Amino acid sequence: MSGSDDAVLELRAVHRTHGTGPAAVHALRGVSLVVRPGELVAVMGPSGSGKSTLLALAGGLDRPTGGEVRVEGQPLGALDRRGLAQLRRRRIGYIFQQLNLLGSLSALENVALPLELDGTSGRRARALAMAALTEVGLPAMGDRFPDQLSGGQQQRVAIARALVGERRLVLADEPTGALDSQTGEAVLHLLRRRIDAGAAGVLVTHEARHAGWADRVVFLRDGVLVDTTAPLGSVEQLLSGSDR
Amino acid sequence: MSIRHGLLALLERGQMYGYQLRAAFEESTGSTWPLNIGQVYTTLSRLERDGLVRPLPESEAGQRPYEITDAGRADLALWFATPISRNDRPRDELAIKLALALTTPGVDVRSVVQAQRSATMRALQELTRLKYGSNRPEDLPWRLVLDSMVFQAEAEVRWLDHCETSLVRHQPSGPAPPAPRPDDADVRDAARWAGEEARR
Repeated sequence: MSGSDDAVLELRAVHRTHGTGPAAVHALRGVSLVVRPGELVAVMGPSGSGKSTLLALAGGLDRPTGGEVRVEGQPLGALDRRGLAQLRRRRIGYIFQQLNLLGSLSALENVALPLELDGTSGRRARALAMAALTEVGLPAMGDRFPDQLSGGQQQRVAIARALVGERRLVLADEPTGALDSQTGEAVLHLLRRRIDAGAAGVLVTHEARHAGWADRVVFLRDGVLVDTTAPLGSVEQLLSGSDR
Repeated sequence: MSIRHGLLALLERGQMYGYQLRAAFEESTGSTWPLNIGQVYTTLSRLERDGLVRPLPESEAGQRPYEITDAGRADLALWFATPISRNDRPRDELAIKLALALTTPGVDVRSVVQAQRSATMRALQELTRLKYGSNRPEDLPWRLVLDSMVFQAEAEVRWLDHCETSLVRHQPSGPAPPAPRPDDADVRDAARWAGEEARR
């Protein structure tokens, strides 16, 4: 297992090719990546470098054409559609730029929805949803509908939905979207806090300031990981300048 | 920026002696700009020479406080009112380095760009971590200093991204070829380098 026993997410020599023959597009070409509990990895790279493909494969929304993706040790390739859907609902949280909140449901109902779809009782799902809304600082907004919330509040509801229950893997694709810099920062703060509490996360972004929240930044170019930043020292080491 | 104006700004709060000034300076810059006590006293004596501060009688503990003069206040007000000129900042070594990398035979510019981007990104991670750890209201001055460094690092990464995109557009095949000019005495050398590069 090459020291990746505790990995929440593991990509092993993953390839993803769209189409065949001369028209084939190689979105990912042999990408390997391990993300452990408490670790946030940012993925940066120019448009078309394969960032979003990587995230879709990590979340089981797409299947690789080569290599293997594991979530908490479970090879996703071994799961059928139902098994994969269940894993996605229970263990993986997604935060996208498009929030995909349902306008006809309240904030609380939006957050509780994935749990209820998974068979959690309505009462328990609402309790967990309320805990998640509290975590993102919106305990009093549960009854509001999306169009009664500001952009930043809607984004927080979407994050609460991604974090609700026992999600161990949080996948975020440009999660701060069009938010202003203060609100965007608050979103990353929330993500960081959940990671520090033991989840693992992958953040796809083209904003260096957002990638700064990660423990490690990897650079994708033409479907290949070309570089990664060195591990960070503790705050104490940073302050004393002794980590260099 | 000068330590001079930093000390004047601190003295505007009230009289202080050297060690107090040093501590207050470091506090307001979040220790991102460490000062030694020698710098403080050298600066104070220059400020005194220029009539911008004046020494007060020594305390019983042997410490000599300083206070700001009216001329010092005017100088400080002028400093706050005047934007910092970009020309006052040191030349950008990185921009010059990349420009030279483009025209120096045998240099893989994309590697230079990527190595710098990784290093700058890591610095950005460090700054973000320091910021994440400073949430108290009294940390605000420090957070703003950190923010400034965060935005500068971000700008550098964006510029490096831009450089890479430009390189891809203009030189699809890896390292930059030299840019020989007919009157250049080094044309033959450059051609030889380019040949070696191509054989690699």
